[in-house]
This record gives sequence, structure tokens and C-alpha cells, in this order.
Amino acid sequence: MTATFVGMPAFPAAARAALADSQLRRNLTHATHTIRDRRARVVGEVPDWEDLRQAGADLKDATLSRLDEHLVRLEESLTASGAVVHWARDAAEACRIVADVAKAHGAAEVVKVKSMATQEIGLNEALAAEGIAAWETDLAELIVQLGDDLPSHILVPAIHRNRAEIRQIFRERMAAAGRPAPEDLTDDPAELANAARLHLREKFLRAKVGVSGANFAVADTGTLVVVESEGNGRMCLTLPEVLVSVVGIEKVVPTFADLDVFLRLLPRSSTGERMNPYTSMWQGVTPGDGPQEVHVVMLDNGRTRALAARVGRQALRCIRCSACLNVCPVYERVGGHAYGSVYPGPIGAILNPLLRGVGTDDQVDSLPYASTLCGACYEVCPVKIDIPAVLVDLRAQVVDAHRGARLPTPEALAMRAAARTLSDSRRLGRAERLAGRVGGWLPRLASLPGPGRRWTSARDVPEPPAESFRAWWRRTRS
Amino acid sequence: MVEADAIVSAREEILGRVRSALADVPAVPTVAVPRRTPEPGTDVVTLFCERVADYRAEVERCSSADLPARVQAAVAGERVVVPSGLGLDVPDSVVDGGLSAAELDALDAVVTRARVAIAETGTIVLDHGPGQGRRAISLVPDHHVCVVDAAQVVADVPDAVALLDAARPLTWISGPSATSDIELDRVEGVHGPRRLHVIVVG
Repeated sequence: MTATFVGMPAFPAAARAALADSQLRRNLTHATHTIRDRRARVVGEVPDWEDLRQAGADLKDATLSRLDEHLVRLEESLTASGAVVHWARDAAEACRIVADVAKAHGAAEVVKVKSMATQEIGLNEALAAEGIAAWETDLAELIVQLGDDLPSHILVPAIHRNRAEIRQIFRERMAAAGRPAPEDLTDDPAELANAARLHLREKFLRAKVGVSGANFAVADTGTLVVVESEGNGRMCLTLPEVLVSVVGIEKVVPTFADLDVFLRLLPRSSTGERMNPYTSMWQGVTPGDGPQEVHVVMLDNGRTRALAARVGRQALRCIRCSACLNVCPVYERVGGHAYGSVYPGPIGAILNPLLRGVGTDDQVDSLPYASTLCGACYEVCPVKIDIPAVLVDLRAQVVDAHRGARLPTPEALAMRAAARTLSDSRRLGRAERLAGRVGGWLPRLASLPGPGRRWTSARDVPEPPAESFRAWWRRTRS
Repeated sequence: MVEADAIVSAREEILGRVRSALADVPAVPTVAVPRRTPEPGTDVVTLFCERVADYRAEVERCSSADLPARVQAAVAGERVVVPSGLGLDVPDSVVDGGLSAAELDALDAVVTRARVAIAETGTIVLDHGPGQGRRAISLVPDHHVCVVDAAQVVADVPDAVALLDAARPLTWISGPSATSDIELDRVEGVHGPRRLHVIVVG
């Protein structure tokens, strides 16, 4: 795969390009509205949903507040059940560990369960550089991989593609990766799914090494959990001789009983189902059943940076359901690529700056502004991450990080002028009188003149009142 | 050993970063989780059957006397694998004794039992003990016939979690394999068994 998020323009530029693609907008509107309605229906069936959300949030907060103890406990449990535990500070270290395991078994290929953590660390590209082919086996990931494309959604990475485009990708690209698509393939989703089944089955049956992430890791028991729909996960977790799981350190939950809350929250929030078709749970090595060599890579890659953020650390509660993407008015219009990361949408707008830090990359610094702060994301979040609050906090950090810049931004100048006006009642009074006087002709302008033109290119010029509040007060009360 | 040093230091460094990140955070106490009880008078077995059917799985109820005939009818004409300890005579079936993935791929169907069934979500959970077999046999064949005792049906997810043994591999199955990856339209049948047939006994 040569497609990359590296070098993506900042959000406003990327969004402008995406908005011009009417096919993309049609695909996204259809898909996000479908899933939104499904989620609302199954969430409505659960009378104690709000209590459940609170329990999910509290459980994650309690776990994160003692994360070091839980990680040590998880390591003990995993080791006791026959797994080999590795720790990776960053993406390069994690990729090296996985590549070394594959090479130790002479594997020229691995089969992969859909995993955000392995996307985040660029594992496929790192393995390709070592001459190891990493086959994505989730249908949407397969579409993205074959199309030499980038993921644009957490749950459905190919959400930006419609059935006709998928048919074309399968017809043109499957043959180069293995079994070709059937000659008479139509764009019927059932036929497309069947083409993927036929294409991948030979890879499942011969694979020596499987690679996965994990939705949850239980500290007490060393249980890893993968939640999925298609059965590709079960294939990768069961048939290979060797399994490597890359697990973000925030995925830990203390006890097996805690899974209950998340197994009730996740499927309804994510795919809008009462339960997803398949959930696999396993503890290290089970003699005579499944992989007999099991590795677990505990991944930091910025998570401890996010954990140190006073307001932002709540983002580590995220269980990657993608409900926030599906309700976001910004995501619905620009799609996932504009966010320049495997984590798009509202959660991506906070997670990327939190994991990578602000003040070093203009693209990352643009993300906290990729929101209208409408709050729909917060309302649907199954673990109650207050995304708008984190966005506002991150905006303040971005401003602080650029405060020392030699050339102030036009926005900074405008804010400075506003601060000067608003901090002195006489100055404010003069400004109000002036605004009232010119207000009569301003509404006729489509845009402001001069440097204000850019601000009004996507906004209406507000109409100043003919009489200010203070003038009205004086007139009516004195 | 350079490599061992590197491993130790990655571990120590990450744990150190976690501890310093948490320096200002008091330990948050754990909280009560809502435990939903079913509405009084709910027939969990009927609810289970309805919810399984919602996933477009086949579901039927029968008496224990009828079970052998029902299973036989469900897999008629198919090459069948069964786990040891099934406690049920399935004519012309192969008992799994470590079949390879390719050998399993040449078979059409599998008959297993389950550990527990969840009414609210229409889920069966296998712990791959006797009568259920190792994970591969209920995965590779395209047709999964699962026999559930009515007494195994519990109301909701918490009841099931309380019964399960974390030391065993567990597979939660809610309907046949499915995907929503094309325009978020649900399509039944990708890599796992494309047909799930649940027979509830009693």
C-alpha cells in the first residue's frame, strides 16, 4: 500500500476538496443516516441506557486512575496463561516486535483482524518493508487495501465507497492479490461479500501467523476480547499457529465481570445491533485449540501523553464504536480522509492532538477546530466522553502553543482588538454606537471588505442592532 | 543481552510515564453497574427464539424425544462433523479428532451444544468444552446447528458473564456471519458459518 496520511494538508484545505466531491457526499449521507437510525432504535430498547453509559464512563475512569497496577496485573495473568508479553513505547518498536515474530517463523505473509492499533502504527507498511505481506481480512479493510486507498471511518473504513465502486475495485485488483473476483460479479452486496469470502478463504487456510488488536484486555484473567461481525476475526484468531495481538494500554479492564457493561454498550452504539455476530475471548494458549504461540504487544504510542492531559484524558475511555462519527454534521459532509488520520471524526479531532501533542504539526493543530461544538457526539458516546469540552481545551492549547509566533494570525489580532474593546466600558460604548450607525447598510453586504472577506466566505455578516442594550437601558430606565 | 535490556526498559519507561501522568489523579472508586432484571412474567425462552430469528437464523423448539430426528433433518444430505461428547447420534457424521483446516473446509455442517444462551440479545455462547469441540470445528463448516437446552437460556448479558469460565476460550454467536461494510446495508454470510440453526430443547 502506498497511500498514506503523511503530508495531508490541514483540515480546512482537505475539507474544501472533500466537499467538492458530490459522489462522496451522497455515499456518506446514505451510510451515516442508515447507521444512525439503527443505533437509535436498539438504544431505545434499553430502559437503563443512561445508567449503563455512566457505568461505562465510571468504570473506565476508575481503571485509568490506577492504570499502572492494572497493566502489571495484566502482564502477570497473560504470562501465567502462556502468552509472551512485549511492551512498545512507540509505533516503530511495536512494528519491529511483530515483524520479528513473523520472521522467526519464516512467514512471508500474515492474516490480519481489523485493528485500529495496527493501523495507527502503520504495521502493514512496516511489514511490507520487511518483505512480509499483511492481508487485511475485514471486508471494508480489504476494499481499502485492494483500492490502495485510505480508511475514512473507524468501523467501516470503506464508508466512502458505494457498491459500484467496490465491484470495480474487486474486478480490477483481486487477481493481483490472490484468487480473482468471479467473472460475472455484480454490485449486489451479497455477491460482493461472497467474492471476498472466496478470495480470503485460501489465505485463512494456509496462514501461519495471525495479527490482531483487542477491544478489551482483562487484567485479572489475561483474557483478550475481539468483537466482530464477519467471522474473519475468528478465522485469524483460531486457524494460525502463531498469534500476535497489539493492544493499546488503555484497553485494560480490571475484571471479567466488567466486560458485561461494555458488551452491552458497544454493539448497540457501533453497528446498531443488540449484539454483534461474533465475539471471541481467549486466555493465552489453550492446548489443542487455536494458536499454540501467543504474543501480546502492550502499546503506548502517545497514550501516556493523553493520560497526562487534565481535560483530555477522558478520551482514553473510547471503545472505538464510531457513534460520534455517524452523528457529526462535519463528518457527514467532509468524510474521514480530511482528518488526515486513521482516527477521523469528533473522536479523531481530540485523539490525534492528545496522542501526538499540539504545537508541532499544523495538520494536527487544525483538528480541534474541525467541529461546530454542537455536542451530538457527546450525547451518543457510550462512555460519555465530553468531546466538545476537550475540543475547547485543545483549542486553548493550540493558541498557547502559537503565542510566541513572530507574525500573529489575523484571528489573534481580531481577538486582541476585541479584548481591548470589551475590557473598557467607554471603549465598548463607542464601538456599539459606531456599529449601530453603520448597521443600517451592513446587512446589504454579502461579505465584509478587506481582511474580513475570508471570515465571511462561509458565514453571514451578523446584523448589529440599531440600538445597543445599554442605550436601550438608558432610554427606558433612566 | 541488549534485547532483554531494551524490553525491560520499554516496560519500565511506559509504567513510569503512566505513574507520572497520574500524579494529579486520585484513585477513582469503582461503581455499581445497573443489573437489569427481566420484566416479571417474561418468558426468556420465547424471547430468545424471537431474537435469534431477528438475525435471520433458523430457530425451532422441540422435546428431547424429538431432538435426534430434528437434528437429522437439519443436516440432511450434508457432510457433518461433530465434537466428542455431543451425546447425540448424528448418522454418517465424522467425530472431530484433530481434523486440519482444509479437511474441515471440505465438510458442510457441524452440530454442537452451547454453554449458555442470552434471551435479550439472541446470543449463544460456546466455551468449547465437551459437546462443543475446539473453536475451528464450529467456524470452518458453512452450516452450524447448535442444540440449546431451554434451561440454559438466561435473561441478559450480565447473567451469562456470571456463568462463564474465563479460563476457557469463549465464542459468542449472535446469528450467522454478517457484514455491514457495503453502504452499511446488512448482508448475512461472509467468513463464518453462513447458516446458523438453533434447536431449543424443552
